[in-house]
Amino acid sequence: MSELTQLTLAQARDAMAAGEFSAVELTDAYIAAMEAVRGLNCYLLETAGRARDMAAASDARRAKGDVGALEGVPLAVKDLFCTAGVPTTAGSHILDGFTPVYESTVTRNLWDAGAVMLGKTNLDEFAMGSSNMTSYFGPVTNPWQRRGDAAKLVPGGSSGGSAAAVAARAALAAIGTDTGGSIRQPGAFTGIVGMKPTYGRCSRWGVVAFASSLDQAGPMTHDVRDAAILLGAMAGHDARDSTSMDRAVPDFEAALSGDIRSLRIGIPRQYVMDGTPPEIDALWRQGIEWMRQAGATIVDIDLPHTKYALPTYYIVAPAEASSNLARYDGVRYGLRVAGDSIQEMYENTRGEGFGPEVKRRILIGAYVLSAGYYDAYYLKAQKVRTRIADDFHAAWEKVDTILTPTTPGPAFAQGEKMDDPIAMYLNDIFTVPASMAGLPAISVPAGLSAEGLPLGLHLIGRPFDEETLFRVAGVLEDAAGFDARPALMAKGA
Amino acid sequence: MAGDWEIVIGLEVHAQITVKAKLFSGAAAAFGAQPNEQVSLVDAGMPGMLPVLNGAVVRHAVRTGLALGAVINLHSVFARKNYFYPDMPQGYQISQYELPIVGEGELTIELADGGTRTVGIERLHLEQDACKSLHYQHPNKSYIDLNRSGVALMEIVSKPDMRSAAEAAAYVTKLRAILRTIGSCDGNMQEGSLRCDANVSVRRPGASLGLRCEIKNLNSIRFMRDAIEYEAARQIAVIEAGGKVAQETRLYDPDSGETRSMRSKEDEQDYRYFSDPDLLPLNLDQSYVDELRDTLPELPDARKQRFMADHGLSSYDSSLLVADRETADYFEAVADGRDAKLAANWVISEMPAQLNRTGNALACSPVAADALGGLIDLIADGTISNSIAKDVLSDMFDSGKPAAAIVKERGLEQVSDSGALEAAVAKVMTDNPERVADYRAGNNKLLGWFMGQIMQASQGKANPQLVNQLLREKLAG
Repeated sequence: MSELTQLTLAQARDAMAAGEFSAVELTDAYIAAMEAVRGLNCYLLETAGRARDMAAASDARRAKGDVGALEGVPLAVKDLFCTAGVPTTAGSHILDGFTPVYESTVTRNLWDAGAVMLGKTNLDEFAMGSSNMTSYFGPVTNPWQRRGDAAKLVPGGSSGGSAAAVAARAALAAIGTDTGGSIRQPGAFTGIVGMKPTYGRCSRWGVVAFASSLDQAGPMTHDVRDAAILLGAMAGHDARDSTSMDRAVPDFEAALSGDIRSLRIGIPRQYVMDGTPPEIDALWRQGIEWMRQAGATIVDIDLPHTKYALPTYYIVAPAEASSNLARYDGVRYGLRVAGDSIQEMYENTRGEGFGPEVKRRILIGAYVLSAGYYDAYYLKAQKVRTRIADDFHAAWEKVDTILTPTTPGPAFAQGEKMDDPIAMYLNDIFTVPASMAGLPAISVPAGLSAEGLPLGLHLIGRPFDEETLFRVAGVLEDAAGFDARPALMAKGA
Repeated sequence: MAGDWEIVIGLEVHAQITVKAKLFSGAAAAFGAQPNEQVSLVDAGMPGMLPVLNGAVVRHAVRTGLALGAVINLHSVFARKNYFYPDMPQGYQISQYELPIVGEGELTIELADGGTRTVGIERLHLEQDACKSLHYQHPNKSYIDLNRSGVALMEIVSKPDMRSAAEAAAYVTKLRAILRTIGSCDGNMQEGSLRCDANVSVRRPGASLGLRCEIKNLNSIRFMRDAIEYEAARQIAVIEAGGKVAQETRLYDPDSGETRSMRSKEDEQDYRYFSDPDLLPLNLDQSYVDELRDTLPELPDARKQRFMADHGLSSYDSSLLVADRETADYFEAVADGRDAKLAANWVISEMPAQLNRTGNALACSPVAADALGGLIDLIADGTISNSIAKDVLSDMFDSGKPAAAIVKERGLEQVSDSGALEAAVAKVMTDNPERVADYRAGNNKLLGWFMGQIMQASQGKANPQLVNQLLREKLAG
């Protein structure tokens, strides 16, 4: 394994600035790494040729003194972002043969900052899942294994391919999308940092939509500093997305002062849940202690509507998805399965094109929006959503950041929980409330489970105050000192 | 039709807003482009594409609401109307459902008996147009033309306040005049920029409302009248035969003059409306609305009253002139400093004939208002007669020359020289002594014959008033 792939984004950036190696050399190391971990199925498409061209162009720019914030940085892109001239699948059969002629704003921003695209990563179909098991292109294998157990584990989802690629050192960093936890949960499962910014911080233009009021792009990186750097390049107002906020993008990296002595950290009572494994509780208590030792004030807070967040999410997100996915009808692009009438063509195309989890959510979504059920489900869910946001709003009177676990447990084996959607949905129990309120949140690797699997701690911040969030996350990261490596990497595979 | 039935009509008018771009995309929205030439990624429903509201559309909707005396809702919301159809690429239409941009207003129509009726406006909302399926290119496939996909429409919904097909026609005519006056819709029904759906029911006077049928996509006022009349008669026949009207959507076939069932109420889709999460609620400032109110042009009703009061025009002529802003503006330019009734006559009758003959619209008329004014001046000062002037106007359309130049070139000046006219009168009297005798014996009708002889001899140039006067004098002996 190349030394080059052991660096963080910040280290690689600084080394290239110092002339220690070129973007082409760094990219070649990652192309080799991608090939080496093909067994994990984290990339749906490797774009090695394009990566080399982009790296060469980057070196040429650098030679002229034209250096972007991500100059020469090789990245993996979740295959939910439309990339011009590069097939985009959303992990679904229904987008068969679809190659966008347009580039999503977020990826456009990355390339404009000098980054290099390594390839498109695997994901749960249309980002619907917490395991990456619902991908039409097969599951992703987590580079981590339980101690003394060769069972293949999931990397979490839906940004499972991006998480596994970073954890397996097959990308310097990656971008994902988070609707209810799809960046943070796989981040926790693979021992990397996963960050979801405030809703409206990154443009959704060109990102295949799952649930429009929740979807948000974010960075998946080796450490907090890398996340701050990457988000800085991804973010920004986009007139083509009406929900993108016209706010300046601060220097997030500069916010990592390491000093949280003036800050108040909130600990929500309602996040203590029955059935949470003791090791999760223990890690959370450890996190609280780290914060206290760093000089922050610990404040117990109430977020009384927390228990309604998950059920509410599973009304709102499918409702939006049922409508967002109506455009996949076989008429204009993607899969078309012929039929004798237009109705039959729709049925055949959507019947074959969508997998079971997507169908389940479309059915749930259509149901909760239908006449006679709308008030009881969708409208009620919208009201509860407002209450959840109000809870957080009240909390910001008392605290600056909120600390919780990221997930109720470590990565599970491929195939587990597949017959029990509710158990699967519970993966998002700690991440969904911040999504419902549109708040920035980050998962930081903080420890290992008894079985030797990574666990994450989760911080939630004020809207558009990612700077404070990164600052606290940096301190948490330093305190945790997480330096374990996945079994796969330890074996030098 | 039995006199003891009352017809109840409500109209939903879909007016295409006169803007260059579509409601939520930057693609052009012009009529007549080749299929799929005016399509953005948003209009085609491509993955990850997002709608962005066109501000010019909002402005037109608010101005239209103000022109209808309606409530402007400072907070309105876009909603998705979900259904599958190949002409709906996103799988949903973005429309407004619970919170439209414009609320209740009203519109006054004139009735045949000279009275008026105030028709309530229920609401005006913004929505996307669908695209078009083409069925004739292939024996068993349909093609899709996305040009209209996402074009901005205003749906203007009336209350069920109209009581005859004629009233419905008057309503659409009036609404169209208002839309044209403020420039929010060109009102061109042939090109589909204005279409209506008519809700028709019948009842015994004083009874509660009957079950209604909705007749879809009426694209001319005449079709609408015919469709409503047919539909009302059909419903009455059903009830009088002991049957019941079924609530349903019907289509009008202009060839047969009949309506036929398209789908019954049971087949109505559940559109699963919900607010569009890709678009923020539309919030307007009162100052924005006030500014649009202050800059609204004079509306047809007010202008008509002014034409009647200031120019002494009839109600009928004034209504014709204010039917669209261009005609009214043109008339005012012609009438400025001239005899308004004369100007109105030429704008209402002679101009349309020439525009029609030469295939022009008033907006791009080869004869501008000041040119027509020049012609009218020549009539007013006696240089040419009214009938010569019609010939001159035709020449003006063809040659583009001013009236005075044509009159001069062709020697069309009216002969008002009494010496020349006296000679002409003397000649015709000398040539026809027996008719002179007849006239003097009391056959006054012969005056017209003498007039005709002189006008013919002068090729129409003789001043008819002077000839008339001279003839009366000389024939009297």
